[in-house]
Amino acid sequence: MAVTTAKPITRKPPRIRFKPDIFLRKMALTLFTLLIAFLFLLPFFNMVLTSLSTTAQMMEPGAPLYPALPATFEYDGKELDVYEVSMPDGSMRDLAIVKKGRQETTFIDPQDVDGGEIVWEGAWRTLERPWSVSPAWSNYAEAWDGIDFPIVFRNTLLIALIGVIGTVVSSTLVAYGFARFRFPGRNLFFTILLATVFLPFAVTIVPTYAFFAAIGWVGSWLPLTIPHFFSNAYNVFLLRQYFMTIPVDLDEAAGIDGAGPIRILWSILLPQCKPVLLAVALFHLVFAWNDYFGPLIYLSAKFELQPIAVALPRFNNLYGSNPPLIQAASLMAMIVPVILFFLAQKAFIQGVVITGVDK
Amino acid sequence: MTALSQLTPGQSEPTPKKRSRAMRNARREALWGYFFILPFILGLLIFTLLPTLATLMMSFSDFNLSGIDETSFVGLLNYKTLFADSQIWHSLGVTLKYALIALPVGLIIPLLLAIVLNSSYLYGKSIFRTLFYFPYIVPFVAAIFVWAALLNSETGWINDFLSWVGIAEPPRWLNDTTWIYPALVILGLWGIGNAMLIFLASLQGVPTALYDAAKIDGAGWWSTLFNVTLPLISSVIFYNLTLAIVGLFQYFTVPLVLNQGTGAPGGATMFYNLYLYKTFFTYNDMAYGATQAWLLFAIILTVTLVLFSTSKYWVYYAAEAR
Repeated sequence: MAVTTAKPITRKPPRIRFKPDIFLRKMALTLFTLLIAFLFLLPFFNMVLTSLSTTAQMMEPGAPLYPALPATFEYDGKELDVYEVSMPDGSMRDLAIVKKGRQETTFIDPQDVDGGEIVWEGAWRTLERPWSVSPAWSNYAEAWDGIDFPIVFRNTLLIALIGVIGTVVSSTLVAYGFARFRFPGRNLFFTILLATVFLPFAVTIVPTYAFFAAIGWVGSWLPLTIPHFFSNAYNVFLLRQYFMTIPVDLDEAAGIDGAGPIRILWSILLPQCKPVLLAVALFHLVFAWNDYFGPLIYLSAKFELQPIAVALPRFNNLYGSNPPLIQAASLMAMIVPVILFFLAQKAFIQGVVITGVDK
Repeated sequence: MTALSQLTPGQSEPTPKKRSRAMRNARREALWGYFFILPFILGLLIFTLLPTLATLMMSFSDFNLSGIDETSFVGLLNYKTLFADSQIWHSLGVTLKYALIALPVGLIIPLLLAIVLNSSYLYGKSIFRTLFYFPYIVPFVAAIFVWAALLNSETGWINDFLSWVGIAEPPRWLNDTTWIYPALVILGLWGIGNAMLIFLASLQGVPTALYDAAKIDGAGWWSTLFNVTLPLISSVIFYNLTLAIVGLFQYFTVPLVLNQGTGAPGGATMFYNLYLYKTFFTYNDMAYGATQAWLLFAIILTVTLVLFSTSKYWVYYAAEAR
């Protein structure tokens, strides 16, 4: 028999699965953060509720928060408002108002129309109305037509997509140049690239506008899309940082096998960069969806070419007295970027982090 | 290093023949480099350098779109008018009043949120991260109308809540010349997601060993925050601060959409850039607008330079060796 050394008896301490004080702290913090998040997102709830209500509801005092319609009763070809009236025997009845008065008001009972008119002592303004839940889905149809959503959506999408192609292609080329090639003035040019972020656009806007006017591009999508084919500081920075994290070995191996720089970019580098390329595309899409000033000055006269960022305020000016429609239109304006974000969260967040933290 | 310069492996000392091959490779590399950054160079020329110079020229002239042929050189006349224009000073004041509230809010709130989201005492971190970030994606024109409904002094939920809590006369937010600035800041709250995410990522990069060391030395929560956390993320604070300031000076599209550029209520939203926009596109006074633009540029440049020069005293770059 072999000599066996006695193993010292060691026991791991029992794993504590539930620590009350830590759990309480966690619950407290989580609930607190939940409250903050709820307040932060409050406008969404307001938007949805308002978009489903009607202007009638907004003007009536004492209206509930949920989308509802006050009850009405049709009598004699007229639509009479129904109010909750307290009867002499102590109960509340819903009666339709026939004559509004300060000292006494005349009603008829919707359930007993032939029972004659009921005179009630009191001012009708103190009475409340019975409400029933009634979401006004028609608001969305109205807003859809009012803002001409299909056209506006098409415009925004096209402007955004063309810009995405432009910025992805050009920013990749420029970032590749900065990341993988040494040339005199490389650092200087890169610093200049970063410095363009600090240049107020006011300093360039007028000659640029004059230039576009002179070549006849004002009133078209060209001033909003073509400049993106000349790369963009943020995207170049993001891509360059990412390129620099990819080892040169594969590039060199391909080079030895005879691949030229473009081939290396296309076949070696880009396939490894898909998440970042996606992030660049998404950022630009969101930017284009958001871009107000550019379309404002270049497309102010051409309603049929305007993207949603310009169409929405114009819609608001026309329908300002109808808040539910405005809210419905706002929801339609924001739905695409939001859905896109939820589908591609990881790419977005990765992109933001690489740009922001690698300084 | 690119593949091109590796085509002669194994040679250490360049002989005359090899040196010229290395030089040729270097030149080829440089040419390819210039080729690839060509879009940037062209864009820089056409859309940045030339327009900037043109605007400078414009500010020394009396260029006006209605009488282009009569443009003449007027020297510093526009600048004299600029400094005498009371609206300019008023607008700068408006911008500063807004910046006074917006800058701290725009930096401290995202930072606090990021600290909360980074805490080990929180359930569902990734969900919260998404919840706080995604409103940043919402197009700002939609956000304006949605928040404006909340801020409505008669029917908005905020004033409803304030009355319910007992405040007899809740502020008239968008119609009040003092409360418009907090109202604008509230309108912009959805934009903090981006800064929050960047702060969060940088917080996650702080080595936990430092926190442990601080705890051993007996540092409390507050002390850890100021002596460990903040200094280590100071580079990101600097980045967000600089971008925030540059953005703040150019703030004007929100008041433009909100009040159609009238500067309502009572001129309290006539931001510097809004006045500039009106000068250019409403009054068509291009030369004067150019002057305003250059003053703005000078201000932003000065502030940025001050920020950069003082940064070495308080910004710590962890990744120095790159």
